[in-house]
This record gives sequence, C-alpha cells and structure tokens, in this order.
Amino acid sequence: MTLLTALARLLIFPGLLFAVPAAWFFLWVERKSIALMQGRVGPPFMQPFWDFIKLLGKSTPPRPGITGLLMRAWPLIAVSAAAGAVGLLPVLPSSGGFEGDLILLLALLELPSICIIAAGFSSRSIFGEIGSAREAALSVSYNIVFLLAIVSIAASQHTFRLEALAAAPNSPLHWVGVLAILVCLPAKLHINPFSLPNAEQEIYAGPMTEYAGPELAMWELSHGLEWVAGTGLVATLVAPHIAIPLGAAWLAACIFVALCVVIVLLLSALAAATARLAIDSSVRFYWQCTLIFAILAVSSAILMRIRS
Amino acid sequence: MNLLNRLMCTARRRSPWLFHMNSGSCNGCDIEIVAALSPRYDAEQLGVRLEGSPRHADILCVTGPVTRKAVGAVKTVYNQVLGPKAVIAIGSCPATTNVFIDSRTLDGPLDKHLPVDVFVPGCPPRPDAIIAGVAKAAQILAERESKPPEAVVTLVAETTEETDK
Repeated sequence: MTLLTALARLLIFPGLLFAVPAAWFFLWVERKSIALMQGRVGPPFMQPFWDFIKLLGKSTPPRPGITGLLMRAWPLIAVSAAAGAVGLLPVLPSSGGFEGDLILLLALLELPSICIIAAGFSSRSIFGEIGSAREAALSVSYNIVFLLAIVSIAASQHTFRLEALAAAPNSPLHWVGVLAILVCLPAKLHINPFSLPNAEQEIYAGPMTEYAGPELAMWELSHGLEWVAGTGLVATLVAPHIAIPLGAAWLAACIFVALCVVIVLLLSALAAATARLAIDSSVRFYWQCTLIFAILAVSSAILMRIRS
Repeated sequence: MNLLNRLMCTARRRSPWLFHMNSGSCNGCDIEIVAALSPRYDAEQLGVRLEGSPRHADILCVTGPVTRKAVGAVKTVYNQVLGPKAVIAIGSCPATTNVFIDSRTLDGPLDKHLPVDVFVPGCPPRPDAIIAGVAKAAQILAERESKPPEAVVTLVAETTEETDK
C-alpha cells in the first residue's frame, strides 16, 4: 500500500469523505426505522446533520486546567480512531492493505469505547462515573467473544490481512464467526438491550452527562462512525465474492452500503423489540451464553489448522 | 458568513432538544409531555429529542407551580442548560400557580425566577399544544444569537382543532 492509496482510503473512500455522511445516514436509518416499527413517522432525513450543526453552534461551560483539556481531547481521539477504522475496511477490490491490518482495525475499533470510559471519569460527574464503570464491565464481557470470533476467522484462513479474509470462501466456520460478531455489535454500539452505559433518563446520559456543544457533536459523530465501522466490518466479511472488474468499483461500494443498511435495519429491529437489560444480566449473557459459541469457533479453527 | 448564520438558524429551528424539569407538578403535565412523544403525536418529526442531561438540551420545559424547595433546583438546572436556550412553561401552574395561588409552600410563578419564552396554558395542556409551543420556542431559538435571553413572552393558545376522531 503506497502512501497515496493509504491517504485516499483514509480521506476519501471509505474514509472521512464517505464515512461522515454515511454515519449521519446510518444514524437516520436507525432512528427512522425504530420510529416506523413503533408506528411513528420519525425524524426527517437530514436530522443527524442538523443535530450536528446545532451542537457545533452551542457554547460549552468554562473548564479550566487539565480537566478541560482532557474533555476536549477524548471525543477527538474517538472520532479519529473510528474514522481510521472505517478507512481500513477493504471495500474496493484490490485496494491494498498490509499484513496485520486486522489487528490495527481491532485496536482502532476498541479506542472509542476506551475514550468513553476515560471521558466519563474525567468529567468528574457521578453519573458519568457510573456510566463509565458499566461501559468497562460491558466492554470486558463482549470483547472476549468479539476477539475470539475474529481470531477464529483469521486462524482458519492463516492470515491477519483484511483483504484476504474478505476474499476468503465462505465456510460454515466463517458464518459462526460472523454471527458471534453480530451478537457483540449491539453492545459495541450501545443500543438496546445493551444501552447500559448511556442509559437515557436512568443515569442522565452516562459518560456524556457533562459534555455539551461541539464536544457532544464529536461524540455523536464518533458514534455514527462506529456504526459505519462495525456494520462495515460485518459487511466486508459477508459480501458475496463475485468477480468485480477494477473499473466497476462503484458496484463494490453499492453492495457494501446495501449490506451495511441491511445490518443497521437488523440491529434497529432488535433495539426496537427489546428493553434495557441490567448490567449483571448483560455480563452473564456474554460470559455464559455466547462465550460457548466463540470457544467452539476457535477450537474448530484450530482443529482445521491441524488437519490442513 | 451570512450563509453560515442561515445554516445555523435552520439547524437550531430543526433540532430542538428538550430537558424536562418538574418543579412540584401534579404529574398531569408530565404525562402530556410524554404523550407528545408517543406514536399518536410523534414530536420527533420536528427533530425533538427528550434529553437526559440539561447540558445537552436547548429548551427547558418546566412544569409545576415552583414550590419553595424547587426554586434552587430550577435555577441550577437553568444555568446548566447552555446557550442559546429557551424556556417553556408547560401548564397553567408555572404561568399563574393555578389553583395553588397564595399557598405558603409556593414561590411561583416561574417567570419570577427565569425568563420564560413560551407559555403553554392548560390544566393539563393537550400534547398538540405542547408541540406547538416547542415549535414556537425553536423559532425563537433560531432568531436569538448566543446573547443572554430577554423575556420574550409568547402565548400559545390551546389548539381548538379536535384531533381525536
């Protein structure tokens, strides 16, 4: 991957220039589909964009010293990490990549949630601290399953290169891994039934309680980019392997967006159908119910390696 | 610059986020605020979101006749909402203290303590009147810069149209 293609992927497609409007679009799809499922009309098409612009124009309370600096820094780190994660996705055929970019992608996907934990504690609000503690507990439980699922997919293909994984033939093991990733996505995106960290009304707004104006706008954007990165990761793994000529890159992009929207609709249906679980039930769900599948996937991947 | 200002005005008009504050209300108006967000009235069409934290909100919705105990809380929450902001007094209680007038436990009405932008009278007001009030407050918000709010008092009459069939 040359510097030029890397910059193009980070800044144009599937990076910032594509990812930011896509983030707003996915946030709208989520809100609109939940509204339709509840028999409402829902927000207008441009709503996440207007929310973002309005928040940029609001004032922030004066926060002197290191606290203010940290509270401005966390959302920016979260946004750049999520945008970087989107930029790494192998959407276009033969778009480059490097050995081990899967590990970088996992690290970048994890950064926003670490930023949220740190943000809640650095805001010094008691509700922020409760939200951060919940986010930390949730993150420890779903990440085991998430990482095991991805490791099993990678181990079965003998590679940590995203493009090779995306091009790999779909085996049953591949689908078990994708299913495990899908189970983890609601917790990663903080939607029902795992909307514990930012439990609206229950603990005010969780780690975001003290954030206002442009900082909150950045958090909203990073949440949208997490949607793009999370659904995009699944979309690249399940994308059908038809031979797309290099000239028809738009076709690959269209398939990617369509698959992402389908996954967003799936997750929204889950969010609309369920209520918020308590933290102990959520942690138990991941440790007791889904860990078995992840261990199954990993062990079968190792068995496959020994046999081959 | 002018274009940016117009964009910001549109954004403020189309994305009013509410924070709901109860200052000793009987819960009648609170139920109606929730009803305004329900499938029948669906205030989210206007971009309305009920926020958990006053830091996120643009519009402070106050219900209740402001009891002595609640005065401090009302002022604190008003200061926690960041500018530009607007205040809606929902129900007859924050407007006039209603049937509790002259009670020794009250320190109302609301405009004694905060600059109120929109009054939505009624005991309780209908959800469509509340939505009309929010839309009016969002319009006021769009026209107001970050300068400190002056008391623009607007009255939203109860909608007479019968929406129930």
